[in-house]
Amino acid sequence: MKPQFATDYPAVAAKFKTGERVRVRKTAPLGHIRTPFYIRGHVGEIERFCGAFPNPEELAQMRDGLPAQPLYRVRFKQKKVWPDYHGPDSDVVEIEIFQHWLEKA
Amino acid sequence: MKDQGTYQPYSYYQLMETSLRELLVEKGIVSDEAVNAEVTAMRERQPERGSKVVAHAWLDDAFRQRLLKNGTAACEELGLEIPALKLVVVENTPQVHNLVVCTLCSCYPWPVLGLPPVWYKSPPYRSRAVIDPRGVIAEFGTILPDNVEVRVWDSTAEVRYLVLPEQPADTDGLDEDALAVLVTRDGMIGTARL
Repeated sequence: MKPQFATDYPAVAAKFKTGERVRVRKTAPLGHIRTPFYIRGHVGEIERFCGAFPNPEELAQMRDGLPAQPLYRVRFKQKKVWPDYHGPDSDVVEIEIFQHWLEKA
Repeated sequence: MKDQGTYQPYSYYQLMETSLRELLVEKGIVSDEAVNAEVTAMRERQPERGSKVVAHAWLDDAFRQRLLKNGTAACEELGLEIPALKLVVVENTPQVHNLVVCTLCSCYPWPVLGLPPVWYKSPPYRSRAVIDPRGVIAEFGTILPDNVEVRVWDSTAEVRYLVLPEQPADTDGLDEDALAVLVTRDGMIGTARL
């Protein structure tokens, strides 16, 4: 699959395809995490493969973050994320999430 | 004698910044010149850069297509040097309105918009932009009808987002400079429609 932004880091293979449904892992490890709390446990759809980037959780520990982790943009329905959301069903929030935070839904 | 102003002790963060900077200079890790050069460069980065990109896209449809496909490459066509910025441009249409936020911190496409406004970094904006984007946009002066889909872009990792607003009505025939004046910073964050 072609990434939106090509990088040349040694990388973990991308395993999700555009349109695939994924669930964000519901876990709360310590450290520098780029997965917002509000989206953990929710199911969304892969909108795009952004590219592979060094894992920020490792970079924050002064390590090289390699192999790079595939990063996806994942689209979530706002009504599913916020039960009392004010707006139509079509409203969405898109978030960049690294592959190791995603599992097949 | 000229008024020297009232003496104000350093705030916590000013003291931390000065201490850290002086320590780095003392250890030879950065130079004062390098710090000053970066501050000067940062002051030169203003939302007008983004406005020019938007106005150009309104006038040149082929450029608009390239901008939506690869924001970074298209901006570089216009002479902006932004190699480290992975820019995605998201387009407002009569059916879709885009809003940009960073719920984790303050990620912002500063090479094209300059430093973010203070409210962009504030916890109320960062939380409410995802929980109630329509409410936030209404407070900025635009009530979006339900047939317009709202897409919120939470820039949590590598990519930065710039909204390509719709060209306002009755502006046909204006040249790029005249159009660029109409493109506001808030329009490119998505809190406003032009």
